Order: sequence, then C-alpha cells, then structure tokens
Amino acid sequence: MRAYVVSRLAQTALVVFLSLTAVFFMVRLSGDPVLLFMPMDIQAKDVNEFRQRLGFNDPLPLQYARFVGGALRGDFGESLRYRRDALGLVLERLPATLLLAGTSLLLTVVVAVPLGVVSAVRRDSVLDHVGTISTVLGQATPGFWLGLLLIYLFSVQLRWLPTGGMGSLAHLVMPSIVLAAFYSARIARLTRSAVLEALGEDYVLTARAKGLGEGRVIGKHTLRNSAIPIVTLAGLEAGQVLGGAVITETIFAWPGLGRLTVQALLNRDFPVVLAAVFFISLMYTLVNLAVDLLYGWLDPRVRLQ
Amino acid sequence: MKKWLGISLTLAAVLSALLAPWLAPHDPLRTEFSESLKPPGAAGHPLGTDQLGRDLLARLLFGARLALFIGGCTVVVTAVVGGLLGLVAGFVERWPSTVLMRIVDVQLSFPFILLAMTINAIVGLGLRNIILSLSAAGWVVYARVVRGEVLSVKQRDYVQAAAALGMGRVRLMFRHVLPNVAPSIIVVASLQFSSFIVAEAAISFLGFGVQPPTPAWGSMLSESRDFLYVAWWLAAFPGAALALTALGVNLLGDWLRDTLDPKLRV
Repeated sequence: MRAYVVSRLAQTALVVFLSLTAVFFMVRLSGDPVLLFMPMDIQAKDVNEFRQRLGFNDPLPLQYARFVGGALRGDFGESLRYRRDALGLVLERLPATLLLAGTSLLLTVVVAVPLGVVSAVRRDSVLDHVGTISTVLGQATPGFWLGLLLIYLFSVQLRWLPTGGMGSLAHLVMPSIVLAAFYSARIARLTRSAVLEALGEDYVLTARAKGLGEGRVIGKHTLRNSAIPIVTLAGLEAGQVLGGAVITETIFAWPGLGRLTVQALLNRDFPVVLAAVFFISLMYTLVNLAVDLLYGWLDPRVRLQ
Repeated sequence: MKKWLGISLTLAAVLSALLAPWLAPHDPLRTEFSESLKPPGAAGHPLGTDQLGRDLLARLLFGARLALFIGGCTVVVTAVVGGLLGLVAGFVERWPSTVLMRIVDVQLSFPFILLAMTINAIVGLGLRNIILSLSAAGWVVYARVVRGEVLSVKQRDYVQAAAALGMGRVRLMFRHVLPNVAPSIIVVASLQFSSFIVAEAAISFLGFGVQPPTPAWGSMLSESRDFLYVAWWLAAFPGAALALTALGVNLLGDWLRDTLDPKLRV
C-alpha cells in the first residue's frame, strides 16, 4: 500500500514536471511577450534592455535550467503585468476557486446522486422520465449559455441575484449552479445505470428473499455496490471542474484561479500561466490519486499495486 | 426516439451550414446602424439584429457553417493522427509505444478545455489555429481506445493465421486489424464531435479562437453579454443553436455506439 502511494506520488511529480516543460517551450517558441508590455513608441534599445533584465536574451537551455531551478523552489518569477510573485498571485486566487468547486461538488452529490437513485428505483415512473430528459438537456447545454440565461432571469428580470463578483452567499448561487449543472447531469445518468445494474444482482434478490425492508435493500446492499463507478466518474469530473471553473469564473467575474489563468493567457503573462499550470496539474493528479485510494476502501476486493 | 431526434437535429444543423448563403436573409457581416438591436419579428429580420444592425438569423446560419467545419476538421485530424498512432502503438510493442502512451497519460491528466485554450493562446488566434489546438488536445482519446482494441484484435485467430501464412506486418495491420478497430474509431469520433463544437464555442467565448466579426456562436455569445439588459435574443438564439446541435450530435453518437459497439466505454 505504501509502495503504491509512493510510486503514484512520483508519477504525479513526473506529470507536473512534463506539463510545465511542454508549456515552457511552447511559450518561449511562440513569440516575444516583452513587446506586448512596451508602449508603442519605445526605442529598440530599451526593449533589448528589458529583455536582458528578464533574461529573455539568454540561450533557451539556460532559460529552461533557470526556470526549473526556480520552480523547484516555488519561484515562477514575477508577473509581467502585476509586478508581483506569480505563485503568490495564484495562491491568493486559490481559495475562491476551491470555494466555488467545493460548493458545486456538494451540490452535485446532494442533487444528482439521489436523483439517479430514485430514477433507478422507480424506473419508468414520471420522475424517471423527467430526470432522463433533464439530464440529457443538462449535458448538451454549454455552461456559458446557462450562465447567461440565469443572469438574464435572476439578475436582469427578477433582480434577485448579483450578476457577478464575490462577497456574499448570493454571489455564490449562480456560479455554483452553472458549474454543477453539467457534472450533475453526467453523474445522475451514471448513478441511475449503476443502481439499475446492482438491483439486478443475486445478492439483492437474496436480501429481498430473506425479508429485508426495501430501505435496507437499497441503502445497504445496492448503494454500496454501485458506488465504485460513481466515485470514479466523480473523481474524474472533480478534475474537469477545474476546466469548467475557467469558463464559469469568467462569466460571473469570480476572482479565482480560472479567471486569473484566462487573463494571464490573454495578456501573455507567462510566469503566471506557468504557475497556474503547475497548480492545476498538481491538483488534478492528486484528486485522481485520492479517487484510486477510495476504491480500496469502498471495495475491499480491489487490491492496489 | 433517440435515433430520430439525433438524426433530425444533426440534419438541421448540416442543412443550415450547407445552405447558409441561400437561407440567410442578409449578408451576415453587413452592418446597418439604423437597424441595430431590433427584436425578433422585426421587418426583414426574423430573429432580430445585433448592436451593429447585423441580421441574427444570417449570423446563426453562417455560425453553423463555421462550427461544423471546425468540428469536422478536428474530428478528421484527431481520428487519423490518434487512430494511426494508436494502431502502431498497439501493433509494435517496443519502447516508442511506451513513450507515446506515457504522453497520452500526461495529456489526459489535464482538463481538455484548459489544454486546448492554453495551446490556442500560444499558437495564436484564427480559424486554422483553433483546429490545430483542438486537435493537439484531442487526439489522445483515439490513441488510447484504438491501442486497447488493437491489443485484443491482434490475438484473434484470423490475424494469427494471416501472420502465420507470411503476410507482411504493414499489410496485416491495414488489411486485418484496421477494419476491425474501425467501428471504435467511428464511435469515438461521433462522441468527440459535439465536444469539439462546444469546446470551440467556449474558447471563442473566452476571447481566444475565432475572432469577431466572423460569426461564431461562441464569440456572438460573448458579445451578447454587454447587451443582456436590452437584447435577450442575442444571448438566447446562438446558445440554443449550439445546445441543439450538441444535443443532436450527442444522441446520434449514443445511438451509433449502441448499434456498432455496445461494449465500448469512452
């Protein structure tokens, strides 16, 4: 078990390192960020001096070595735009993203899993059909469109909720619904099929035959057995939530990591891009590791190696 | 039900794209300030006009053309590149395939939309570059699925028999293995198609990808944000077009999977 965790952590480090390397080279080969930050009428001499100061004139391998050395110490350089430590900026935005992602995941679990279970248990009922239609629609509706529709309804027409920003609980409502919608749809569909499959198993028949109440049959014998595929998808989706957060945060002006990344990319603020890539790939791979470890706990037959 | 809804929505999108120049009541780029922000149903503009007086219906139809073109090109590029690499990686089990599959693992450990957006920001904006970025982010799914299939197909008796009869490896790969993994490639392609269309719209929405004034659904939605208080139609229709197209292609892909390859999990 310990050997497994250690080797997976090593893999995580490798993944993070390779993503950073790839982004570093793509960034350096794609053009000159310095020119973008200079006034229009600047002299070539001054541009050169600025480049010299930031180290953009050195040979690429040297720049890369310096970058890796810095990254190992948690130093991604200074943001070209904000003139501040890039990693510090990222860390400052992290709590907002974690709050949004956490609320959405909670919302997903509270809404989607019960919906899927009820749809499966009451198969072909009205509720099942309504659930199926809304999950299919939910999967096809792009988050940024849903966001605009919600803003139109709740901010423009009803004036109940603020259009964007962060501060009160009211600010959190629409962004977390938008972020949760897509994932809820997929998780509700998967929960339904996983529960249906478990309901057809012999142990459920046995449980019913020995006279257990329907509540215990579902709660104890069915749910636990259908948990593995749900946890797998939920884990994979937890990572994708980070991708979804990029769009959701932009629509609702939510001051999180996703919005910072979009702005840094638009501004070609590459130290911030690299610091954000570092954090996102780290979080994503760690979530996947946590999901794999959960398997062993949910299903003792799974042996990790 | 699934099948017919999928087919009719997809067909509607394809026809809009193909017939855009004949169906559109106006040139999608022609601005007319006296006609700006007309609501749906205004004379000559069935779906209204935008802030520059451009006809929304015309822009939607040409937007369909762009969305399907980008989605289609990306699906072809990713299917060919990812499919071939997966085929070779499954066939030749030596170190290059191991390296390739490691790259696939690394890439799959990153949110797709973020990856495509980052690549797009780096390679630059525009139509060709958005296809390039989506392809660079999307080929890995095919490589993984196809390699898995090849590893199993290659053990089957008819492949072993052909190899024993002295058939060359390249011929074996294309004559006997490829036709048997082709259904998986088609299924993955149909399921990927809608996610490429939505991803393109998302990337254009964020300000990368296709740039105004080209009528792309994503950038139309992005522009509509500034007029949400006065012109709901600018947000409602492009989003609906996108969602219905994605829904149609998705349903079609689901149906194809159920028909061609019920065991496949993507």
